[in-house]
Amino acid sequence: MFKDLGTIFIASAIINNFVFSRYLGLCIFFGVSKRMETAVGMSMTFTSVMVISAALSWLVYNLVMLPVHLGFLKIIVFIGIVAGFVQAADTILKKTNPVLYHKLGIYLVLITTNCIILAVPVINADEKYTFMQSLTLGLGSGAGFSLALIIMASIREKLELANVPKPFQGMPIAFIVTGLIALAFMGFSGMITM
Amino acid sequence: MAENKHSLLKLITNGIFSENPVFKLALSLCPAVAVTTSVKNGFLMGVAVLFVMTMVNITVSIFRKLINPKVRIPAYILIIATYVSITDMVMAAYARSAYKEMGLYIQLIVVFAIIISRAELFASKNRVVPSAVDGFGMGLGFLGALVLVGAVREFAGKGSLAGISIIGANPILMMVLPAGGFFAIGLLMGLFNWIEVKYFGGTGGSPGGGHGGH
Repeated sequence: MFKDLGTIFIASAIINNFVFSRYLGLCIFFGVSKRMETAVGMSMTFTSVMVISAALSWLVYNLVMLPVHLGFLKIIVFIGIVAGFVQAADTILKKTNPVLYHKLGIYLVLITTNCIILAVPVINADEKYTFMQSLTLGLGSGAGFSLALIIMASIREKLELANVPKPFQGMPIAFIVTGLIALAFMGFSGMITM
Repeated sequence: MAENKHSLLKLITNGIFSENPVFKLALSLCPAVAVTTSVKNGFLMGVAVLFVMTMVNITVSIFRKLINPKVRIPAYILIIATYVSITDMVMAAYARSAYKEMGLYIQLIVVFAIIISRAELFASKNRVVPSAVDGFGMGLGFLGALVLVGAVREFAGKGSLAGISIIGANPILMMVLPAGGFFAIGLLMGLFNWIEVKYFGGTGGSPGGGHGGH
């Protein structure tokens, strides 16, 4: 069983990395990878939200929706769960830990409508994962996203000093850099056959 | 009336050129890279988004006076999720093979920033007809961008266009692999900026708000 979970973790973190091979969360990826500090804060927030929303949506999907044959409502229900949970986390954090809230609060709001968060419950439901497998997928995807953000942030800090041709400044060059990293990540494919 | 027509036409061209969702606003990029390995996939995804976006804009516009501003975002998301569920089921029933490849991304249309930003910025303030046209124009711009990226990648990667072999070999196989999507979009964005600066004297930036949104 642990081997199985390990496979899911490695596969979701590196081989099927959300950013480089599944192209999810690109908007956030390009938006917040300009500075290392924000990238680190963002990746911590994302990983925890992903794990918790994977757990919550697994419980609702498998214990409530499947028994009453409401599986087709999963998109609406999942986004409701994520939005509700993020809103709750926002309020609780504001009351209990204002310091952490000031650091992470702005990212929390951005998270609700992000494809990378919604993708975890959807993949879990499509693959019919067990509870532990769902948690592992959430954790692995979060780790993979953090890895991607931190790599990108460290490159972009250097890129600020580079002499980029004018039409390519900003987004275009960020895309091409991402393409190069994705090319490197392709080397991992085939390491584990799913 | 003539002026009204003119502005409707302007709304459409606005979505296709000056505020193209992919190349100018840099919104909703995930699917633009993910499904554009061929013209056909790009086209199907574009049509799905075009449908969802037009219907969402119409619905939001109809109910704009009933929706309390405080709960507008959840209300919009619920409306979007309804249409996405419909699209998802229709695609699953009638386009089996394509759905297998891009089913996940169809379901993720629900969180496309471009759809919610149009509902928020345009449909919630305008009447039904302009909102429908705005959604249609933006959807058309998105469709066009996806087909363009799909065509570039399919031609470079497989040497074919819309499934018809032209070269008969795989010139740059990398372009249909994950990494190629990033290169294709980066290069096309650069090209768009270059054309704008060179021929239209623009600054290469985008006028609208929401630049680089999530």
